[in-house]
Amino acid sequence: MIEMKNVYKKYPNGIVAANGIDVEIKQGEFVYVVGPSGAGKSTFIKMMYREERPTSGDIFINGTNLSTLKNSKVPYLRRQIGVVFQDFKLLPRLNVYENVAFALEVIEETPKVIRNRVMEVLELVGLKHKARMFPTELSGGEQQRVSIARSIVNTPKLVIADEPTGNLDPDTSWEIMNIFEEINARGTTIIMATHNREIVNTIRHRVIVVEGGLITRDEDKGEYGYEN
Amino acid sequence: MKTRTANRHFRDSLKSISRNGWMTFASVSAVTVTLLLVGVFVMIMMNLNKIADDLERDVEIKVIVELTADEASITALEEEIKNTPGVAEVQYSPKEDELNKLVMDFGEDLRLFEQQNPLHNVFYAKAANPQETEQVAKKIDRLDNTFEVKYGEGKIERLFSFLNTSRNVGLVLILALLFTAMFLISNTIRITIVARRRDIEIMKLVGATNWFIRIPFILEGMWLGILGAIIPITLVTTLYYNIHKVVAPKLAQGNLFELLDFSPFIYQVNALILLMGVLIGVWGSFMSVRKFLRV
Repeated sequence: MIEMKNVYKKYPNGIVAANGIDVEIKQGEFVYVVGPSGAGKSTFIKMMYREERPTSGDIFINGTNLSTLKNSKVPYLRRQIGVVFQDFKLLPRLNVYENVAFALEVIEETPKVIRNRVMEVLELVGLKHKARMFPTELSGGEQQRVSIARSIVNTPKLVIADEPTGNLDPDTSWEIMNIFEEINARGTTIIMATHNREIVNTIRHRVIVVEGGLITRDEDKGEYGYEN
Repeated sequence: MKTRTANRHFRDSLKSISRNGWMTFASVSAVTVTLLLVGVFVMIMMNLNKIADDLERDVEIKVIVELTADEASITALEEEIKNTPGVAEVQYSPKEDELNKLVMDFGEDLRLFEQQNPLHNVFYAKAANPQETEQVAKKIDRLDNTFEVKYGEGKIERLFSFLNTSRNVGLVLILALLFTAMFLISNTIRITIVARRRDIEIMKLVGATNWFIRIPFILEGMWLGILGAIIPITLVTTLYYNIHKVVAPKLAQGNLFELLDFSPFIYQVNALILLMGVLIGVWGSFMSVRKFLRV
């Protein structure tokens, strides 16, 4: 599903965020990516949906080599991947329904399919009754649930979340995790960068630790395991 | 692109117009002010141009025929003038008619001359291109049986150079105004789009293609242009209607020059205003979005 081979990334300001990363993630896995701030977690994640390009090395998503992917094909890659952001990235002028529907409109779905699918995922994240509200009228947790609904509405095989609970209180974080668990139970691969020790240690999954641009630990059902 | 996507873009652009209330208002105001300026200015320039054309058309060449010329040679001369390159029309005025004109202008006393008319037979010719009157007159002067050829030498040169200068100045002013309008409007639109650069970034991250993002913005620019054209079109039309109503009858008496007719002129100006609004709106949006699509 995802394969990184000797991936190296150096930013124009000289910072090396990935210093030879090799990793393989299979379909249906749930992976935590942990590590101190500035260790290359975000870069590691951003390279998967081509927000950042590696300086050298190859990244394969479902057999597509991102290093040779043309810019004009990037939107088609992103449609196969649901992305959940720490800052939600909802469109402020669209209401909840429209924000989620947007991901289906870009793939030119029929209005009927859009209506059904959007209501389905809003039901899943528990926001069906707030479909007509605008992002600014929602709490952080609710906005994050909208963001998750948008990421899964076109049933991608892979969902990537960059610190999805980073801005949320503990109770809301657990709600969000329940949603991810449910999505994962349906066979969707989930990759989640997080700083939340409690979650990682309680809901056990594969843990990848990124430090200094390298994967320093990779174990199934692992622990958070370092102080930050 | 599928029809439903086109419909979606259409609805999306309208939604944007209403949800971005103040930004829409700012852009539309900028478009309104500039288009109004352009409209009034074009209206004035086109009429000045018309007046210049009318003045030019009044320039004629007076060909005074030799007293010795007989009827046959006068007919021949008429043919020759007609065949001179650059001549548009020729009118023959025999010396009796010439005398009548003088009688009309200076009084019955001149009727005395009817016994023995000292005047010459005359041809009045007009050049196809009034600016070439001088050359045409000189060619006619070379023909046989012409006593003298007059064309307001000296005066028309000054008239023409004045008219040409004012035309060029008008053209430069219109171009400068158009350029300013383009700059002003596209800048205002740019500001409204810069405010939404984050939106564009998000859309790209969700998997929208560049055209999917661009089209609603371009349509929105088109609406801004159309909305901004409404007031200028109404004002320019009313203004010209009233000016025409008051001024045209007065000018008609002098019959030296006239204003452009209300129709189709005002429709052309309106079409120009609308077209400019739309073009500038679309262009402004296109250029502004372009910058933010490289995510």
